[in-house]
Amino acid sequence: MIPGAFAYHRPTSVKDAVGLLAQFGDDGRALAGGHSLIPMMKLRLATPANLVDLAGIAELKGVRAEGDEVVVGAMTTQHDLIASDLLSEKIPILRETSEQIADPQVRYLGTLGGNVANGDPGNDMPAVMVCLNATYQVTGDKGERRIPARQFYQGAYFTALEPGEVLTAVRIPVPAAGHGYAYEKLKRKVGDYATAAAAVVLALNGGKVASCSIGLTNVGETPLWAQEAATILLGSTLDAATVKRAVAAAEAITAPASDARGPALYRTKMAGVMLTRALARAKSRTRG
Amino acid sequence: MAKSHITMTVNGKTIEALVEPRTLLIHFLRDQQNITGPHIGCETSHCGACTVDLDGKSVKSCTVFAVQANGTDVRTIEGMANPDGTLHALQEGFREMHGLQCGFCTPGMIMRAYRLLQENKNPTEQEIRYGISGNLCRCTGYQNIVKAIQFAAAKLNGVAFQEAAE
Repeated sequence: MIPGAFAYHRPTSVKDAVGLLAQFGDDGRALAGGHSLIPMMKLRLATPANLVDLAGIAELKGVRAEGDEVVVGAMTTQHDLIASDLLSEKIPILRETSEQIADPQVRYLGTLGGNVANGDPGNDMPAVMVCLNATYQVTGDKGERRIPARQFYQGAYFTALEPGEVLTAVRIPVPAAGHGYAYEKLKRKVGDYATAAAAVVLALNGGKVASCSIGLTNVGETPLWAQEAATILLGSTLDAATVKRAVAAAEAITAPASDARGPALYRTKMAGVMLTRALARAKSRTRG
Repeated sequence: MAKSHITMTVNGKTIEALVEPRTLLIHFLRDQQNITGPHIGCETSHCGACTVDLDGKSVKSCTVFAVQANGTDVRTIEGMANPDGTLHALQEGFREMHGLQCGFCTPGMIMRAYRLLQENKNPTEQEIRYGISGNLCRCTGYQNIVKAIQFAAAKLNGVAFQEAAE
């Protein structure tokens, strides 16, 4: 399988990358880790005339603390996320999620920016970013803007990113110290997208839920933020009856496709099972 | 489409070439450089038969363009044996532990295991299985591949290899 012909560009600054993408318009695509785009190009589902490789832009790499946020450069790979001590300490759900993405080879090249910007409902990071209330920093030829992850996803492969804009960084508010977290993913085999997955971040105060956020992967056209389910859990001890009500509220907002991963009803129920497990594991990880 | 000029080090040797931007690294290695150790299995980023080491990362060379590898240091199975022909510990391990039957996945398996052992000198069985989860073998059921990697780890660490009881 050989992709269609294209011209290759390797800018060394965001400014140059944005300039190239503005110049090419619909004929240009940004290339991050390539592990979604290159397979699409091999199948000729994507045929960009110009490929703008972001790998040569040093400013897009790395993880740093900035105030109450951790800022992750868009070209930071999943392998880098797993290796980051700062993330393991402050936002360990990113490590847990990265470890469940694809396989080691893919994680060496696959990037956080590509994963969240692609708009594929099967990608794992979007629901985690929705759960964490992250903000995406994007740059276009008109300048920089910030888009909340919760407003970024509009449909399958359809996002708030305008043509010519490049996602440069993901800004993640650091959850409360001692918070519990879990990313539970059901998949058929290594490398598969989720049949259903749930991301949970919660904090307890005196044994009761003080804050809770839930994201769901691949059970709708976009990642889902299960706001009502999380609200139901507030103030509870995560007792079985309340968890059951919250899970029902989360299941109610899903609208998965029936496909090779199973019929829609099954996938909705699996989202509920993943959420139940994620809540239990998140609770067991809370401290203080 | 204009060709791009690229330079890379492959198994210690500097290579310069002109490539079409759409040329995948696996095709560049096999068809233009006659380095046929990396295999084309699925061509869809799943099987890992095309795995090579690129700047200290295991990558599937069917999902990297040769132009992306410009300026990098690439190692393939051809670069594993010592110059005098003696085998690398991993190659020895695959031979001694019968880590292959048809051998199609072996170059990718060994290159992935090479990087795994660079990052984790004494992996547990579980870590080995997780570490090679991007490489498929249709013959062996992985048992002997895991043993081969354990053999190599022991040899590289200078300790005697103890086969785990079944």
